[in-house]
Amino acid sequence: MEHRDDIGSKLGMWIFIFTEILLFGGLFLVYAIMRSSYSTEFHQAAHHLNAFIGAINTVVLLVSSATVAMSISAVQKGNKKLAVILLLITLLCAAIFMVNKYFEWGHKIHIGLYPGSALMLTLSHGQVMFFSLYYFMTGLHMFHLVVGGIILTIAIIKVQNGSINKDRYVLLENGGLYWHLVDLIWIYLFPLLYLIT
Amino acid sequence: MQTETVHITPYRTLAWVLITLLGLTFITITATWIDLSALTVAVALLIATVKAYIVLTYFMHLKFESSLFRVFVFMVLFIYVLVIAFTLSDYLFR
Amino acid sequence: MTEEKTHHPEPSYLVDTGKYKGLMAWLTSTDHKRIGLMYMYAMMVFFAVGVILGMVMRIELFWPGQQFYGPQAYNGIFTIHGIIMIFTVVIPGLAAVFGNFSMPIMIGARDVAFPRLNLFSFYLYVIGAAIALASQFMGNGPPDTGWTFYAPYSIQTHTNVVAAVFGAFVLGFSSILTGLNFIVTMHRMRAPGMTFFKMPLFPWSLYATAWIQVLATPIVGITLLMIIAERWLRIGFFDPSLGGDPVLYQHLFWIYSHPAVYIMILPAMGVITEIIPTFAQKKIFGYKAIAISSLAIALVGYFVWAHHMYTSGMSTTARWVFSLLTFLVAVPSAIKVFNWVTTMYKGSISLKPPFLFALGFIFLFMIGGMTGLSLGALATNIHVHDTAYVVAHFHYIVFGGVGFAFFAAIFYWYPKMYGRMYNFKMANWSFVFLFTGFNLLYFPQFIIGMMGMPRRYFDYLPQFTLGHQLSFFGGLLLVIGFIIMLITLFSKKGAPAPDNPWGGRTFEWRIPSPPPVENFEVMPEMAENEQPYDYK
Repeated sequence: MEHRDDIGSKLGMWIFIFTEILLFGGLFLVYAIMRSSYSTEFHQAAHHLNAFIGAINTVVLLVSSATVAMSISAVQKGNKKLAVILLLITLLCAAIFMVNKYFEWGHKIHIGLYPGSALMLTLSHGQVMFFSLYYFMTGLHMFHLVVGGIILTIAIIKVQNGSINKDRYVLLENGGLYWHLVDLIWIYLFPLLYLIT
Repeated sequence: MQTETVHITPYRTLAWVLITLLGLTFITITATWIDLSALTVAVALLIATVKAYIVLTYFMHLKFESSLFRVFVFMVLFIYVLVIAFTLSDYLFR
Repeated sequence: MTEEKTHHPEPSYLVDTGKYKGLMAWLTSTDHKRIGLMYMYAMMVFFAVGVILGMVMRIELFWPGQQFYGPQAYNGIFTIHGIIMIFTVVIPGLAAVFGNFSMPIMIGARDVAFPRLNLFSFYLYVIGAAIALASQFMGNGPPDTGWTFYAPYSIQTHTNVVAAVFGAFVLGFSSILTGLNFIVTMHRMRAPGMTFFKMPLFPWSLYATAWIQVLATPIVGITLLMIIAERWLRIGFFDPSLGGDPVLYQHLFWIYSHPAVYIMILPAMGVITEIIPTFAQKKIFGYKAIAISSLAIALVGYFVWAHHMYTSGMSTTARWVFSLLTFLVAVPSAIKVFNWVTTMYKGSISLKPPFLFALGFIFLFMIGGMTGLSLGALATNIHVHDTAYVVAHFHYIVFGGVGFAFFAAIFYWYPKMYGRMYNFKMANWSFVFLFTGFNLLYFPQFIIGMMGMPRRYFDYLPQFTLGHQLSFFGGLLLVIGFIIMLITLFSKKGAPAPDNPWGGRTFEWRIPSPPPVENFEVMPEMAENEQPYDYK
């Protein structure tokens, strides 16, 4: 006896999304407090971030959200090939984001700007807090992006082999929801970290 | 098995949503070039919230789900915002 | 009023019918009933360890000065006592055991919404507990920070804080997934005709609890990760030398840990709300008020956390805001107590063990709750914060409240779980020892707390000696009570249990004891005019 409840499945995914919102919420809370205590120093520290790369990453994630949403429409319309292409574009966007991040972090680590480094310990309190938040928040976000990428890869395989299809696609919807969460977090991270100069 | 008619979001709608989001991103960036001191945070957060609302409504399909989902999202955000507000009642008044 | 036992063709859930037999059949089972029992067995083991640790403390505290071990060991003991009791016993608590076993049946479902996720939650629970316990035996010694892991000490101490904290993190994940499962179950799998306001009140309490599990736990999750990041990477959020604030840790910690106490108590209150009508053979008074008050406790409970922090250095504004909100949250709890007592009034009382423990709950919870008011009030809190008064308060609530509700629930649902009755006389004796021992152990702690006995102190001034000695004897009586209870429960000599030994009206009493794997031969429905507490 198959017990299938797509709405229940989606509800479960939304609740999981709520837990992720609260998880990052703790970090945004720390940000709010540190920013209110050290607004000038946050402003100074943010100059070390490259707003251009941040903007590219924002655009890339927004596009990836659009493509994953479109892939669901494609599956609903029975257009398997288009769905796979759109999902591959989504993954490509994820990869671009990861490459950018790699260079961003790599550069900072290279010049000695990371938590606990000798250089960090010479900076003012507010700047240290800024960078700690930067690394923790973008790091945790990256982790979720990678997980999202894995979920989407699984989704591509399932669309390709037909287990996600026109009559049965809640797994893709749920994967899409997770991906949108990754996008949503970045929508807030970008201005709060990169645009406070 | 679902017997209700399923809502399929047209590609065009999603494309327009993307364009709107990109536009708002552009506005956010340019807005920060104008120095409004304390208000800068508020403006950035406001625009981010509009973008988030659009992602939730269209990409995440909240507009077309049962109202229960919208109630939940609202309650979660409401609780979260209050938690921040109450925590700030300590830090802002020390 | 009992029902005739009719012939039931399906095997009970206790019989292994699948691919595996024996232990493997249990460890791989996605049956909510088996998962509930596995939680119970694991929890009993952890509780026993916690009790032993408690008694080890009481022995050392029998006289002032060092008797058997030193302060470092003492700090490690109260830390792990707290970690075990809080994270592996009372937070999973009644929800993991009885929520799993009874809730799906009570709403007319065959299982929870995501049975495999349910089993995964159990695995996370065991793994998390194992990691936390491992912190006791690893190289740098058991953590000595208290279960609250306050910064800056938790950052600086060389003991195994990371293991304990990571164990708690995994346990939190288990809690989150259980909450998620229960919310979806109650939204999607209620019997036809069972609207939310016709759902029994134990599921209602689990619903409110599940939302807390889902929304509060992630915050402690990220906070625990921050501790690890502070220790390993020096991110500095809680380190003043880098710009951080130790009080920020306290905020983040209590933003979860206060709602966590409602995770503990709401299912307990829910069980009491089932037991009282059954043993008074009378409809619960104020069904809607109890349902809504569960949600109200969950919601308002989010905003009172800083009453744990009045002496931490917070702003005065924050202190009176949180004191005010703390008083508000007491109101829905009081509504429940009023409704329980009113239900009993002019009911046909049957003083069986579940009801006896339920009465014990009401008495002990009231003391705990009222002393909570003196702690929630800013002015009086200053005098008793971090004293034995607090220790007594929370043990009255958590042990007297959640604990006694747990015992009540075991005695209530035991016939359903195992298909056997138990010896009422022995169960009642266990109550006598537990109730007396409990009060003898904890009431003196209120008094010496007000006199100035600090909490978490290995040594003390001579004037507190009598209080500690009384407490020790109370602890002995408790242990005797537990032994009697275990003998009662493990004895297999009880008569076969009928479907409905207590005359209850909720769905679990309409199916065999023990239930078949799929719970119902015919899925139940609720008629238009049918109510969940339909007593004559």
